[in-house]
Amino acid sequence: MSSQPEAADLHVSDELVINIKDMHKWYGSFHVLKNVNLEVYRGERIVICGPSGSGKSTLIRCINRLEEHQQGQIIVDNVELTNDLKNIDAIRREVGMVFQHFNLFPHLTVLENCALAPIWVKQVPRKEAEATAMKYLTRVKIPEQAEKFPGQLSGGQQQRVAIARSLCMNPRIMLFDEPTSALDPEMIKEVLDVMIELAKEGMTMLCVTHEMGFAKTVANRVIFMDGGEIIEENNPHEFFDNPQHERTKLFLSQILAH
Amino acid sequence: MSTEQSYEIGEYPDLAPPVTEVGIIGWIRHNLFSSTTNIVITVLTIYFLYVIIPPMLNWIFLDAVFVAESRDDCRAIAQAAGQELGACWAFIGKRFEIFVYGFYPVEERWRVDLSFIMMLAALVPVLFDHVPYRKQGLWFSLIAPVIIGWLLIGGMGLTPVPTDKFGGFMLTLTIGVTGIVGSLPIGIALALGRQSHMPALRMVCVAFIEFIRGVPLITLLFVASTMLNYFLPPGTTFDLLLRVLIMVTLFSSAYIAEVIRGGLQALPKGQIEAADSMGLKYWQSMRLIILPQALKISIPGIVNTFIGLYKDTTLVIIIGLFDPLGMGRASLADTKWQGLSTEIYVFVAIFFFVSCFSMARYSLYLEKKLHTGH
Ligand SMILES: Nc1ncnc2c1ncn2[C@@H]1O[C@H](COP(=O)(O)OP(=O)(O)OP(=O)(O)O)[C@@H](O)[C@H]1O
Ligand SMILES: [Mg+2]
Repeated sequence: MSSQPEAADLHVSDELVINIKDMHKWYGSFHVLKNVNLEVYRGERIVICGPSGSGKSTLIRCINRLEEHQQGQIIVDNVELTNDLKNIDAIRREVGMVFQHFNLFPHLTVLENCALAPIWVKQVPRKEAEATAMKYLTRVKIPEQAEKFPGQLSGGQQQRVAIARSLCMNPRIMLFDEPTSALDPEMIKEVLDVMIELAKEGMTMLCVTHEMGFAKTVANRVIFMDGGEIIEENNPHEFFDNPQHERTKLFLSQILAH
Repeated sequence: MSTEQSYEIGEYPDLAPPVTEVGIIGWIRHNLFSSTTNIVITVLTIYFLYVIIPPMLNWIFLDAVFVAESRDDCRAIAQAAGQELGACWAFIGKRFEIFVYGFYPVEERWRVDLSFIMMLAALVPVLFDHVPYRKQGLWFSLIAPVIIGWLLIGGMGLTPVPTDKFGGFMLTLTIGVTGIVGSLPIGIALALGRQSHMPALRMVCVAFIEFIRGVPLITLLFVASTMLNYFLPPGTTFDLLLRVLIMVTLFSSAYIAEVIRGGLQALPKGQIEAADSMGLKYWQSMRLIILPQALKISIPGIVNTFIGLYKDTTLVIIIGLFDPLGMGRASLADTKWQGLSTEIYVFVAIFFFVSCFSMARYSLYLEKKLHTGH
């Protein structure tokens, strides 16, 4: 199913960073992910789309073990996800995640949000962690908000803080779960811009999104899911202009209609 | 509405609000006379206060007698001054020491005073952020309970004072403060245990909480005072006050646990997911992310429970300990002062009110301080 990524993109290396093999997941008796196979190489930018309830969130949440899979294998950076807490910790240190609803810590300032994990997970000295945090806050263009609390920021600013917070752990892979769908239209761009920057720097990204413009310009591969299965995957050019599967065509016609 | 003056579009200046909206007049209009219902309530309240307050002031201050040798003496003094007899506070004055110290030996009472001062000093760095030397202060707060325990009980160089000499306000404070300080951590542990993924741990916590909540405190105190003797090996003596302290602490920790569980459940799942996704360990997430927020939400409920516990300390009268209420009743047996129960109960009520009201105010202060605009 998975082929070597398209040569169209220069950043992609041939180093396999995520390898999902014959993976199944159930919620109780509900078979939510069915026989998922996915190989991700370093530097890939993968956009995952599909109708609501198709299992997109569940899939990327399995990659950092926010959800447990019951069958098959998930190997991240040569570490297999098992019940071994050491492996889970190791993988979470390498994988950053950005959520639809930001999930910033409301009782901590923006700077504390960013410096927290480096200090406690990586034992970075506080001064150093705060300096790194400032560096990433500058990259997402909100260094002046460092001392504020998340509740005092706009949605777009909060999401940029969330991205900076993930980057502070210096992850090798970033997962995004609909990072812009809780935002007002005028804030979507400021978040997408940050993500485009990241892509340019060669970050490996898996992104669940319905922003097709983003998919076309940034992704090197688009994956379409429905009913817990990967139905189709292709480079964005082929995916949008020449979808193979009926369900993909239907989905695209619906999403491009408005 | 038209204004007398016209301005260029986009040049309209900020004007001061109308007088009726600001200052004392504005406040009174808004708060006391904003609607017919409001006016009626305001008038009724003023009338009610007019009926209640003057006689109360008369009784407490103006007609009261502060120095006297007996109740008859009080009466005589009031008559000589041509007043009606108000409160006979002289009674409280004569009994004051026993209200404060109970039966604590007179020559050792400085230890109670010192303990009280140490308790206040230990509370300051815990309750307030911006005090000088807070770090060192917190270390002191940590060891203060041990020192206070030693001061009160004695031994190791101090004359031992058996705990059945404890009484009055110092007994209330001993039980109340121990219960509060002890039940918070136990309550947190129980709340977390109740949410644990380990079924055995969860069941133990649920069973404990539900048992304690299902039994009246008085029953637990009776168990403490009588039944424990059957369970303990014969010959062991297990101090009655210590048993009461344990029971009161366990009792309120069950309530605290439920209050905190409410706080934990109010947090969005995304908080723990974000913490997990960054690789924080369970205890780190709890300490840094979950508990600070859950406790903040739970402050009103926690303080409510503490106030309840503090007032429930009066129940120890039933198993023969003399808290202020018990002291008061005992004092009433004195023929010289017979019939002055109102004075006693008002006095004790004021003591409890001051303590509990301070806790309530502190809780409001804390809520305001921790508010971060979400
Ligand atoms: N904790 C859960 N327990 C039971 N069922 C769940 C749980 N979480 C999700 N599901 C179900 O699993 C399916 C896939 O959910 P998922 O959140 O992965 O979908 P999605 O593709 O991300 O959808 P959306 O675009 O709406 O976010 C849905 O049918 C959902 O109802
Ligand atoms: Mg989703």
